[in-house]
Amino acid sequence: MFQPSLLSRSEESPMNYSNPSYELACTECGKRFGNQPLSACPDCVAPLEVVYDLLSAKGVFTRDSIARGPASIWRYARMLPVPEGFQPDLPVGFTPLVHASRLGKRFGAASLYVKNDAVCFPTLSFKDRVVAVALANAQKFGFDTVGCSSTGNLANSVAAQAARLGLKACILVPADLEPAKILNTLVYGARLIRINGNYDAVNRLSMQIAGEYNWGFVNVNLRPYYSEGSKTVGYEIAEQLGWRLPDNVVVPMAGGSLIRKIRKAFQELIFLGLVKKPAQPVRFFGAQATGCSPISVAVKDGVDDIMPQKPNTIARSLAIGNPADGAAAAKMILEDGGWAEDVSDVEIVSGIQEMAETEGIFTETAGGVTTAVTARLYAEGRIAPGETTVVCITGNGLKTTDALAGRFDHLDTCAIRPRLADFDALLRSLDAEPELVAAN
Amino acid sequence: MSIQVVLPTAFTRHTDGRKQFDSTAANLPALLAELDQTFPALATQIKDENGKLRKFINIYINDEDIRFLGGDSYAFQDGDEVMLIPSIAGGRR
Repeated sequence: MFQPSLLSRSEESPMNYSNPSYELACTECGKRFGNQPLSACPDCVAPLEVVYDLLSAKGVFTRDSIARGPASIWRYARMLPVPEGFQPDLPVGFTPLVHASRLGKRFGAASLYVKNDAVCFPTLSFKDRVVAVALANAQKFGFDTVGCSSTGNLANSVAAQAARLGLKACILVPADLEPAKILNTLVYGARLIRINGNYDAVNRLSMQIAGEYNWGFVNVNLRPYYSEGSKTVGYEIAEQLGWRLPDNVVVPMAGGSLIRKIRKAFQELIFLGLVKKPAQPVRFFGAQATGCSPISVAVKDGVDDIMPQKPNTIARSLAIGNPADGAAAAKMILEDGGWAEDVSDVEIVSGIQEMAETEGIFTETAGGVTTAVTARLYAEGRIAPGETTVVCITGNGLKTTDALAGRFDHLDTCAIRPRLADFDALLRSLDAEPELVAAN
Repeated sequence: MSIQVVLPTAFTRHTDGRKQFDSTAANLPALLAELDQTFPALATQIKDENGKLRKFINIYINDEDIRFLGGDSYAFQDGDEVMLIPSIAGGRR
């Protein structure tokens, strides 16, 4: 239960503040810390998480109050850690929930939905949500420079939103990141530093840098705030389903935070009476690439101990071999009767194509993972056809076009003269060919 | 045989601000035992009530996660850089 902060307003400094609705708490020893840029308990080193005064939100955070809010994540601001007086000006989130009937037909699913964060504003991934919340706090703490370690989408979002807020940005990425994600970071004027190593090495360095420089690293010292932004995916799913919860949610897993926060959002909505508690808990299904599947492996083994892996997959946005929230993600998946699966790079590309061909949604490689895993879950009978299932698509395919390079060359016809006769002849020749499918 | 132990800023409040120090420990368990003598407050911070390294701390040997090298059984080599670093996020709830 929520306990009042030990921090009084008179003790506030630029690097801490009190808020009557939320504060940081240690996930192990429970100690409270008010609000400050801190991600680990100074006493027991366990992670810190934002806790809320849920009782005070009852009757305040309602369907009506939400409906009166803007068409963005800020309609849920009462249940996000955003400082008093914060004035959001970017319409982040509130992305479409699409009834995916054509994709569902392929999978044998009658009630399949796609939560489409491939069109999230401003940088076309769900990371826009977490960054928006993190930077609200970065400003409150007085940081003039923000940063992150990133597999790409986060880099894009930090760079863009920092530019909008007039903050400097320093972003660390693995040296072999997709060219589009590099470009989509540099264009905003951010300082981008490539590191020779995988994401886990980059993340380790970020941790050291955050201790040396007075910067707000969104996924290091601002992480407890940052990660809360992911809850808005869960709020939106419930609201867009008409204030009810789905039976299943399929979520891509990199660090393992998103899947946990969607569940946290559902639990809060139940506690606050905005949705009915389902007879069976919502089941969560985690999706990973086989080339980086530490959480999936743990779930399949029925344990929540994560053995790190060295990533080797085209799904680079999911290529975190030592996932920070992996143990917690595995534990919650198992607790609620869900499952985790992983798919090969070939299946990932097929998943991208399947989503595009059926629903007109072009997703990045992570979305290919989620789509291919969903197909398998139906095929194996882990999800029943009549259950309401939401597939979370978290990023846009325009950022990872290199994964599809050359795959459609055989479908690209030669150029013809601007003559109707030439067009007719070409069409006849194409119709005469066997059905064209993308090469595997 | 000597190794260099590297600490992030978060751990230096118990080491008089020292971010690195040398050690002759032969392996990780020996290093943790040594910390009981050299930096007892740090040892309390990073070890649980059973004397085990807390689960939220990662150990890297020359940039490699010690779990890839055999964990506790890995024998430190002369000149190894041993980094102790919090796992940043997560939790087990």
